[in-house]
Amino acid sequence: MTALRKLAPRQALLEVSGVSKSYGGQVGCVDVSFAIYPGEVLGVVGESGSGKSTLLACLSGRLAPDAGAIVYDMNDRGPVDILSLSEPERRRLARTDWGIVHQNPRDGLRMDVSAGGNIGERPMAIGARHYGNLRTEAQDWLEKVEIDLARTDDKPRTFSGGMQQRLQIARNLVTKPRLVFMDEPTGGLDVSVQARLLDLLRGLVRELGIAAIIVTHDLAVVRLLADRLMVMQRGRVIEQGLTDQVLDDPHHPYTQLLASSVLQV
Amino acid sequence: MPARMNTSDIRLHARGLSKTFVLHTQGGVHIPVFDGIELKVASGECVCLHGPSGAGKSTLLRSLYANYKPDAGEIRVRHDGTMIDLLMVEPWEVVEIRRRTIGYVSQFLRVIPRVPTLDIVAEPAIVNGVASGEAHAAARTLLSRLRIPERLWSLAPATFSGGEQQRVNIARGFIVDYPVLLLDEPTASLDAANRQTVIELINEAKARGTAIFGIFHDEEVREAVADRLFEVGKQPLRKTRLSATAAEAAARCQPLLLRPVTTSITRRQRNTR
Repeated sequence: MTALRKLAPRQALLEVSGVSKSYGGQVGCVDVSFAIYPGEVLGVVGESGSGKSTLLACLSGRLAPDAGAIVYDMNDRGPVDILSLSEPERRRLARTDWGIVHQNPRDGLRMDVSAGGNIGERPMAIGARHYGNLRTEAQDWLEKVEIDLARTDDKPRTFSGGMQQRLQIARNLVTKPRLVFMDEPTGGLDVSVQARLLDLLRGLVRELGIAAIIVTHDLAVVRLLADRLMVMQRGRVIEQGLTDQVLDDPHHPYTQLLASSVLQV
Repeated sequence: MPARMNTSDIRLHARGLSKTFVLHTQGGVHIPVFDGIELKVASGECVCLHGPSGAGKSTLLRSLYANYKPDAGEIRVRHDGTMIDLLMVEPWEVVEIRRRTIGYVSQFLRVIPRVPTLDIVAEPAIVNGVASGEAHAAARTLLSRLRIPERLWSLAPATFSGGEQQRVNIARGFIVDYPVLLLDEPTASLDAANRQTVIELINEAKARGTAIFGIFHDEEVREAVADRLFEVGKQPLRKTRLSATAAEAAARCQPLLLRPVTTSITRRQRNTR
């Protein structure tokens, strides 16, 4: 018999074990465990109220879980439980190593700062000072996310929803984070803009080798973007695996219901 | 075991593979599809998965790509010189094995809307580290060979005809020299000239040592590419409704539906050019 060998082990970028969070008697998420590797895109799906956003808030350090550990492989220090970090350390991590793309771009952008200024904020926060370089970099990114350079000095207030969302993505990716959290990144956008944004996100994630955790209720979005999928129901992960495997051959009754409920166009 | 092949050349080896669908949303119907599948495909060999419609051919093919999850058994694939069981590895490892080792041409094209055809075809090469210019040149060559008019290359394939979409899919599957290639009716909606091109592509891949396992309904194609047949579905598929108790139903349930009969019907001399 031929000996079977596993592929070389890799250090997980983020390792989550037993994370739970409840709001009084109300369940947020229960005993969630998983690992995400560099460059991997993980989709989290489930109906509203299933605990997706609570989980994302816990992972990105915006909400303290009641139990569990969230270990992140820091660039300079190796694996560290982010719950043990001080507030400034966690903020620095969020500003340099992570990106957070909110469902509503108004939550992730400074609406009274120009588009260019929005993109320049993160590089400046980690020490970039040269105005010319900052502006060039901002314009590179506006081009990447297909926003007309003539709008560099306009405030995002004057942008359409789709443009705001693309600007938010540029603002987050400019410092080449290693991990990006996305909460319904295509929610609220019309389908033509969605398709463009999906292609853009996929290209950027591939090009920069970014790992991403994408929370959505849109199965078509995860099929196109995510390598791996977690299905949540009432705060628990009920099924997980390769995205196409979970969607095409679901085993859990709820996942089967979910997969069979998608409307065909 | 009838295997007289050189075992070091085996690139795909399924052992004891079984699959039953349980449809929870439809009264818990159990649909057994296959049981105890034994299959070996060697380098440079093309094995045709043969059987009537509904016999579970696509299910088996999808299982070998880890798109469906078999209930039992092993799917061993030669990846980077070692045999790896696809059913035992982490999802990221499956992604990695699919990227470099196993190619899969499905019947239907599924892509991001609004992405140009040329980019869709070049993508698998680019994610394998081929420079963009080189990947696009290879994509152009394949699209020309498959007779997709050049004026369509910059368009997204959503509005293409069924045959054109299928050819885009084939180009995408052949742009990388995968060691193992799974083909699900690659010529189903193609005209004679394009069928011929696909036959050539398959034979070229075989000559490079690719192990191919596929469904070919078209007899002409089968004759031209297959070294042997892998037959499934001698008996009709049965559906067993779980009515009273699961145990009762399980007792009634036929233990196996398809016994794979590995035969060598088309034992043909290979005329290598």
